[in-house]
Amino acid sequence: MTDSPILQYSFLAPIMIVLAGAVIGVLVEAFVAAKRRATIQLLIALFTIFASFISLLRIRNLTSAKAAFNSVMIDGPAIFMQGTILLIAFFAVMIIGDVDHFTAQASAVPGSEEEKSAVQTGRQQTEVFPLTLFAVAGMMLFPAASDLITLFVALEVLSLPLYLVAGLSRRRRLFSQEAALKYFLLGAYSSAFFLFGAAFLYGFSYSVTLAGIHTAVIGGTANNVFLLIGLLFLSIGLLFKVGAVPFHAWTPDVYQGAPTPITGFMAAATKVAAFGALLRIFYVTFGDAVWNWRPILTVIAILTMLVGSIVAITQRDIKRMLAYSSIAHAGFLLTGVIALNRAGLAATLYYLLAYGFITIGAFGVITLVRDSSGEITDLNRWAGLGRRSPKIAALFSFFLLAFAGIPLTSGFIGKFAIFTAAYESGNIGVVVVGVLSSAIAAFFYIRVIVMMYFAESHEDSLTVVIPSPLTSIAIWVSGAVTLILGVYPTPVLNFINTLAIFIR
Amino acid sequence: MNSANYLYLSAMLFTIGAVGVVIRRNAIVVFMCIELMLNAANLAFVTFARINGTLDGQVIAFFTMVVAACEVVVGLAIIVTIFRSRRSTSVDDASLLKR
Repeated sequence: MTDSPILQYSFLAPIMIVLAGAVIGVLVEAFVAAKRRATIQLLIALFTIFASFISLLRIRNLTSAKAAFNSVMIDGPAIFMQGTILLIAFFAVMIIGDVDHFTAQASAVPGSEEEKSAVQTGRQQTEVFPLTLFAVAGMMLFPAASDLITLFVALEVLSLPLYLVAGLSRRRRLFSQEAALKYFLLGAYSSAFFLFGAAFLYGFSYSVTLAGIHTAVIGGTANNVFLLIGLLFLSIGLLFKVGAVPFHAWTPDVYQGAPTPITGFMAAATKVAAFGALLRIFYVTFGDAVWNWRPILTVIAILTMLVGSIVAITQRDIKRMLAYSSIAHAGFLLTGVIALNRAGLAATLYYLLAYGFITIGAFGVITLVRDSSGEITDLNRWAGLGRRSPKIAALFSFFLLAFAGIPLTSGFIGKFAIFTAAYESGNIGVVVVGVLSSAIAAFFYIRVIVMMYFAESHEDSLTVVIPSPLTSIAIWVSGAVTLILGVYPTPVLNFINTLAIFIR
Repeated sequence: MNSANYLYLSAMLFTIGAVGVVIRRNAIVVFMCIELMLNAANLAFVTFARINGTLDGQVIAFFTMVVAACEVVVGLAIIVTIFRSRRSTSVDDASLLKR
């Protein structure tokens, strides 16, 4: 009879709290009257995320970092990324819970009588909140996971709820369902690659922990073919999640079809989680096999930056344009992975925080630009927004400039730090392409600004709704964070520099 | 029997699944191909566990089965919803977003 396992619950508390909140949310679905659910679910979700953040603050200075038999590694980068995910999730939930974004009844066929009567009740599917919390828990576990089982389970826990919520849009439901189908099939396809890669890494090292695989990599006596197969397939799974070219095909369709608040949430938070895992795996495990992966990852980073920036120019839909922009940003973030030094890690962490807030804010603004039939995503109809709603247009312009990396925004500091790190590590080619594609990207961001302010509007039906308080708070706070991180980034950068060491 | 043969079988199953996802049109069949890929990975895990004499690989196989079951639940829910809306599960018909 062995002793009962010691799981170090205090380290796992932030994740556990989110999971508990999600389970309570499921119970609320079962036992609370339908008309009160929306409010209660929103409060539970916000409170859960807040409580989890508090418990994360309590463990930020710990010395020993291993929890649950070394399956979870709560080190500096993991804590920072969990905090980033929680902050993003908090504001994303505010936008999610605001106006009617979600279908009244997901099971009703679009256009049927059943759907009409469900819409007349004025309710929507409140399961979105627990599903979001489950996804948040998976995202928090993913960058902290340090063995193959935990990585795989975390990957699925973060993905499965997102497949579902992507299909729950209130309007244009066929688009939304199609997005869910594509996201699901391609996501499951990539997890199969991830798992097959994990199997061969296990075959290579006969260890399931990242530290054990690292030992086998240094040892150099094990079967190198298994290492290469494992590395290749595992990377495909992860690169799919971050939306890197050539695994980006799902991104525009899913971003366009999913309900806009969900798009913002998954664009921001999934990237943090996936890059967290990517950084840990490449820095901790394969740092000593760098010549096996750096050339191919360099090519992928260059392709991702160029394809994202160039294809975005031709887009006529604002959500699709931001999807390609997110692909380009995945490329910029990959340069931080390639850098493989401490500055690269710190810069990537900073960039993820900055990018997360810009994304939440930008998609939050898109939820506000509406007419009677719902959100307007066609870029042509954004013409003249600057005259009708000057504040919202100014805020959106600010987010676009931050995406483009103009000084005095967080995007500039992020890009500067990440390119500096890549330059110092000797990857000059990537930096040149990165700067060039930033210039290309600036073109289509600024084109939208020009359209909002200087183009003649052709129709009067476009209205910006008076935002209800929650969305307003979320977008203005995101704007403030973007400005503060751009004007006075020193405290955050110093904080990240003290954290940016992976523990093996 | 040589354990390597199981690895060849696993690689073959994985390839059949991966190719099937790309060339088949019915969402259900695509989904079955993905399940085949997961099972190929499971076979590889169990084979490696057998070669090495450790149990980790077999434990992972159980985890994979559970996760695959969850995926079936979510996946079939999405595919059934699509079928009810369109009366078709062909992945070629789902192309509204391409335009």
